[in-house]
Amino acid sequence: MSEIILQIDGREVAAESGMTVLEAAQGAGISIPTLCHHEILEPYGACRLCTVEAEVRGRTKLVASCLYPVEKDLIVRTRSEKVDKIRKMILELLLAHAPEARELQGLAQEYGADKNRFEKEPSFCIHCGLCVRYCAEVKKKHAIEFVDKGTKREISFIPEIASKECWNCKECFPLCPTEALQAAFVLTKELAFFSLSSEPVPAE
Amino acid sequence: MARINSVAELEELRKGILSKIEPDKPCIAICAGIACLGLGNDRVISAFEEEIRKQSLETKVDIRATGCHGFCEKGPIVVIYPEEICYLEVTPEDVPEIITQTVVGKKVIDRLIYTDPNTGAKAVHQFEIPFYKNQSRLLIGNNPKINPKSIEDYLAIGGYSALAKALFAMNPEQVLEEIKKANLRGRGGGGFPAGSKWETTRNAPGEEKYVIVNAHEGEPGAFMDRALFTGNPHLVLEGLIIGAYTIGSHQGFIYTRHDTPQLRENIDIALSEAKEYGLLGKNILGSGFNFNVEVHLDVGIFVSGESSALMRSIEGKAPEPRPKYIRTSVSGIWNKPSNLNNVETWANVPQIINNGSKWYSSIGTERSKGTKLISLSGNICNTGVVEVPMGTSLKEIIYNFGGGIPNGKKLKAVHFGGPMGGSIPESLIDSPLDFDVLSKLGTSLGAGDMLVLDEDNCMVEVARYFLDFLSGESCGKCVPCREGIRQMLKILTDITDGKGKEGDIELLEEIAGVVGEAALCSLGRSVPKPLLSMLKYFRDEYEAHIKDKRCPALFCKELKKGEL
Repeated sequence: MSEIILQIDGREVAAESGMTVLEAAQGAGISIPTLCHHEILEPYGACRLCTVEAEVRGRTKLVASCLYPVEKDLIVRTRSEKVDKIRKMILELLLAHAPEARELQGLAQEYGADKNRFEKEPSFCIHCGLCVRYCAEVKKKHAIEFVDKGTKREISFIPEIASKECWNCKECFPLCPTEALQAAFVLTKELAFFSLSSEPVPAE
Repeated sequence: MARINSVAELEELRKGILSKIEPDKPCIAICAGIACLGLGNDRVISAFEEEIRKQSLETKVDIRATGCHGFCEKGPIVVIYPEEICYLEVTPEDVPEIITQTVVGKKVIDRLIYTDPNTGAKAVHQFEIPFYKNQSRLLIGNNPKINPKSIEDYLAIGGYSALAKALFAMNPEQVLEEIKKANLRGRGGGGFPAGSKWETTRNAPGEEKYVIVNAHEGEPGAFMDRALFTGNPHLVLEGLIIGAYTIGSHQGFIYTRHDTPQLRENIDIALSEAKEYGLLGKNILGSGFNFNVEVHLDVGIFVSGESSALMRSIEGKAPEPRPKYIRTSVSGIWNKPSNLNNVETWANVPQIINNGSKWYSSIGTERSKGTKLISLSGNICNTGVVEVPMGTSLKEIIYNFGGGIPNGKKLKAVHFGGPMGGSIPESLIDSPLDFDVLSKLGTSLGAGDMLVLDEDNCMVEVARYFLDFLSGESCGKCVPCREGIRQMLKILTDITDGKGKEGDIELLEEIAGVVGEAALCSLGRSVPKPLLSMLKYFRDEYEAHIKDKRCPALFCKELKKGEL
């Protein structure tokens, strides 16, 4: 692993090749907000909240810092008018679905996002995919998956798997930033578990 | 058929095939393209077979079900060789008369030939019909001459001679140099130089490399790749094998849609025939070069035509794009260097090798070379596939080949590139077909799907329609794309419903800006394009909907057809 020196917010930061800009920034104590990122999971790049400006050989582009690999002489700006505007809009778009989620509210305050900007459509899930990826990558069970596509995409427990695997696990629950996950679980349990599971329902 | 083990054997075989062809024997070529299929060409083909049996002409007349002839508006199309008499809109009832009068009696049936709707002038031959006249059908022109299910037909028109030349008379560096000098630009929409892409994959570290034909073609209004690939699959395959040889790849993939059975069948036949003849597989033509091709089908989602999503799909995963901070040319399928080009790009390769880069780059404009296939649709007299040199003006395409706007309506706009493209107004139709010129105007040549819109089209509705399409076809993974589409679609629906508010246009622009800059993949980043081009050229229509509650095109029902 060779050492790479890059510049983040005017500071020289040392990183190892193969690291992402987000990791390099965090290592240097520079905070970049994230929603779909978790250090034990593969980088995902879906929420785009960690978007930063990356300048390479005089050309600036907007990139997701959780995926962008560090490179020599890279100049990163984690805050700028453009970056802040993107983060504000992303938060506003998500607040239409989960207006009371604590994590979103904190960030909304920082970026001046208006939770009433878009008409409420309380589906509560912000599609961060932490539950889906945790179940697939760590537990290797795939008991919860994304179903459908486009604007209809949503998380769904797969009853056949969930009715066997989820009783004693529920490790994804604390990962959910909005509690939509728990609701999805309860719904699946009520609708489908009893017909699928031969095991008695354990006392909760 | 024994496999071919050398160029000499290939030429020997070609001679044999050509010697069997009787130039004076009548041949009935019936278009079996997708549009003609929809217009009932299978009944026409059966009627010909039956009538030939009935008149005991089996040994005297040949029948050929061919690839798309391009003039979809007037299908089913039948061409009678050797005179090349072209009949349009043929029905099974016409068949006995065609056999008796034309095939046997050598007489032209007047009512079946092309009649110019404006001048009343008649055209007996395909090349005299205004739609075909002056096209440069370098890629698609062979479709009427071949049965796509027969490799012999392709060999008869010189097929695989470019492959033989590349393998035996050139080394990979020379082929690459030729493609670079020809300045072949990707026909999938990006217009990226194919040679540079090939070179990146060729030079990327790793022994295993892949080449891929993107035959996904999912946007509404695009049908040229399907016409070309279904009608002449060996042309694309030959280009792919040459590319593989150049790049140093031994495994290729053809990625296409699960819902185009005719295309799939023709590809499968072409692959198995090419293999049988020793043009695919081990030791191609005795050159020592090995190359195999596998066909992969999509899972029915538009975004799987996006290159990184397509590669995930080939790996057997959900077709979700990934950001290309490392190019797929370097890290693609299973993180191996993977060169993706679309159908038309690969199809250009054999002619560049056969005729040289100098010849190729003499066609087109300074920076856009060769010919381009255009899917012409919308409010146009002649819907179909047109092939013209780059640089041809949009006006020529619309009026000379497309026959103008039907029903005496006025032309309003030309939209390129489907739901991720852009519209330009009638005032700009003198613009040439050129990647860079169109992109500067805020549209993009895209894959070549050209939608013609007349005065009755509401430009708010067109943008709403595209976003509605994308709301179901984006993968939905990243926030800007999924949520941006949701909100933009809501606002546009409100505007067309007469519920537009002050500030809506500015809000649309703000969301579009964020989606265009922050979305994960090229699909997401292109989502706002149609809307932004329309706000640039047709802003007054948006304002009329919002401020005056009026739809200038008298399209939006809720706005009481402009009475208010």
